[in-house]
Amino acid sequence: MSFDVEEVRKNFPILAQQINGRPLVYLDNAATTQKPRAVIEAIRGYYEMDNSNVHRGVHALSVRATEAYEGARRTVQRFIHAAHPEEIVFVRGTTEAINLVAQSYGRSRLSAGDEILISAMEHHSNIVPWQILCEQTGASLRVAPINDAGELLIDEYEKLLGPRTKLVSIGYVSNALGTVNPIREIIASAHRHGIPVLVDGAQAVAHMSVDVNALDCDFFAFSGHKMFGPTGIGVLYAKRALLEHMPPYQGGGDMISSVSFEKTTYNTLPYRFEAGTPDVAGVVGLGAAVQYLQGLGLERISAYEADLLGYATESLAAIPQVRLIGTARHKASVVSFIVEGVHAHDVGTVLDCEGIAVRSGHHCAQPVMQRFGLPATARASLACYNTRSEIDALAAGVRKVVEVFG
Amino acid sequence: MAGLDDLYQELIVDHYKRPRNRRALPDADRTAEGNNPLCGDRVSVYVKLENDRVKDIAFEGAGCAISTASASLMTEAMRGRTLPEAKALFEEFHRLVTSERTDGEPAARLGKLAAFAGVRKYPARVKCAILAWHTLDAALAGGRDVVSTE
Repeated sequence: MSFDVEEVRKNFPILAQQINGRPLVYLDNAATTQKPRAVIEAIRGYYEMDNSNVHRGVHALSVRATEAYEGARRTVQRFIHAAHPEEIVFVRGTTEAINLVAQSYGRSRLSAGDEILISAMEHHSNIVPWQILCEQTGASLRVAPINDAGELLIDEYEKLLGPRTKLVSIGYVSNALGTVNPIREIIASAHRHGIPVLVDGAQAVAHMSVDVNALDCDFFAFSGHKMFGPTGIGVLYAKRALLEHMPPYQGGGDMISSVSFEKTTYNTLPYRFEAGTPDVAGVVGLGAAVQYLQGLGLERISAYEADLLGYATESLAAIPQVRLIGTARHKASVVSFIVEGVHAHDVGTVLDCEGIAVRSGHHCAQPVMQRFGLPATARASLACYNTRSEIDALAAGVRKVVEVFG
Repeated sequence: MAGLDDLYQELIVDHYKRPRNRRALPDADRTAEGNNPLCGDRVSVYVKLENDRVKDIAFEGAGCAISTASASLMTEAMRGRTLPEAKALFEEFHRLVTSERTDGEPAARLGKLAAFAGVRKYPARVKCAILAWHTLDAALAGGRDVVSTE
C-alpha cells in the first residue's frame, strides 16, 4: 500500500511557496498543521452558501447550518469511535477541553486531600488547569517521573495511584519529546483503582487512529488545528455517564432548555456544554479535516510517518554536534534536538534563512526542559506531507548551523 | 532576501563564543536582572559608577548568540560613558535594531554596535538583541524589578 506524498502535497496550497528564496520546508506541525484545500473550501462554502445560526431558526439556512454542524459531530464521533454523538463536545481546543474537565468535573468532585496525577512530560495546558483546580479545592498535583529517554516510568506511575487519586490526566504523545505513552496500560492501571483518565490527544490525532471505546478512556481532548483543521476549534470526548452528572462549564444561550428569573433548566447533552453561538464554520472545517484524514487512511499515515521519523532521526544523529532530546522506543512525529554550543533560537533562525520552519524554545513544556537541564531545544515535527528530501534539507541546514558557529 | 551573514556577522559570533566582561562585579553600584520568557534567556547587568561615569560594567547569564554578543559588545561600548551618554547610546541602539529606516549608515558613534543592524530584518530576534540594553537601562534608572521583554 503505497503513500503518494507528492499527491498529498498538492492538496496543501501553502506548501508551494518559497521562503528566503528557497522552497518552504514546514517542520513545525506539532505547533500547527497546514490546511488542505478540502478544509479551506468547506469553510468558504459554508460562508458562501449556508451561514446561519444553529439550533434556532426554522428558515432554510439555519436548517442547513444545523445539519452541517451536527453532521460534523457524527463525523468526529465515528473518527474516534465514540459510542454516542452527544459524547462529542465542541470546544475551542485541547486547552479549553482540559479546563472544562477541571472546572466542571474536577471542581464538583475534588476536595482537600485529593490528588490529580499527571506525568513529567505534559504540555502546560495539562498542568496549569490542574494547578488552578488545586488552588480552588485544596487538592494536590502529583507528577509521575520520566527517564532520560523521555519515557514514563510506569512502575512509578502505578505507585502514585492510590485512594486519594481522583483523576489521571496524561498526554498520548509528548509534544516536546515525541514519546508515545503506553496509554492503554496507563488507563487500565488507573481503572483498577476506579480512577477516571483524561487523555490529552492533541499530538496523536493526526498521526494514528484513535479508538476511545477500545482505549476505554473517560475523557479525550484534541484540537482541530493540529490535524489539518482550523484553529479555534477542538473536541472534548467524555463518556456519557460522566457528562450527565457534570455541572455546566459556562452559562448562556444554547446550553439551556428554559430560562426564567426563578429557575433555569439546562439543555441535554452535549448542548449543556456548548454555551453561546458556536464556531460553526470551524466545526464544518474540522469535519472536512476528519474526512480528509480518513481518505488518506490513518494506518497508512502512521506507516509513512514512522519511516520518515526514522530517517529524520538517523539524519540528525549522524551530525556529531547534534544531541537528540527524547529517544523513547515508541515515538511519533517529533525530533527534538540541540546543537552543541548553539542556542536553539540561533538554530531556528539559521534554518529559517534556509526556508525551514522548526520550533525553537521550550515548547510550552518548561518542566520537560528543566528535566533535561536545557533552556530550549529545536524541534522538527512531521506531518504526512513531509518528504525525505525535506529531511535532507533539514540536515543540510543543521550542518550550516554548525558551520556558522563552528 | 534576508541573508544569514547580515545577522551572524563574524564580530557577533566572536562575542558569542568569547564574551567580554562576562563576570560578576561584587562592588557594583547598580544592578538589574532581565529575562526573556519567550526563550528563557536571563541576563544580569552590573555597573560600577564613578563621578556619574561608567567606571566598570559586566554581565552574567547565558542566552543565544544575539543576546550574548549584544551584552558583550554593550559592556565594551559603555565603559567610560557618562550617564546621559549611556542613555543616548541606548536610544541609538534601540533605533538601530527596531526602526524601519533604510537610509544607509547608522550613526558613527555606534561603532562596532552597527553589526546589529541586520537584526531588524528578524523581528522575532529583536528582543534578543535588546535584552541586555533594557536591563542596563533599568539598572541605571535604579529600578529593582526584573526587566522582561514580554
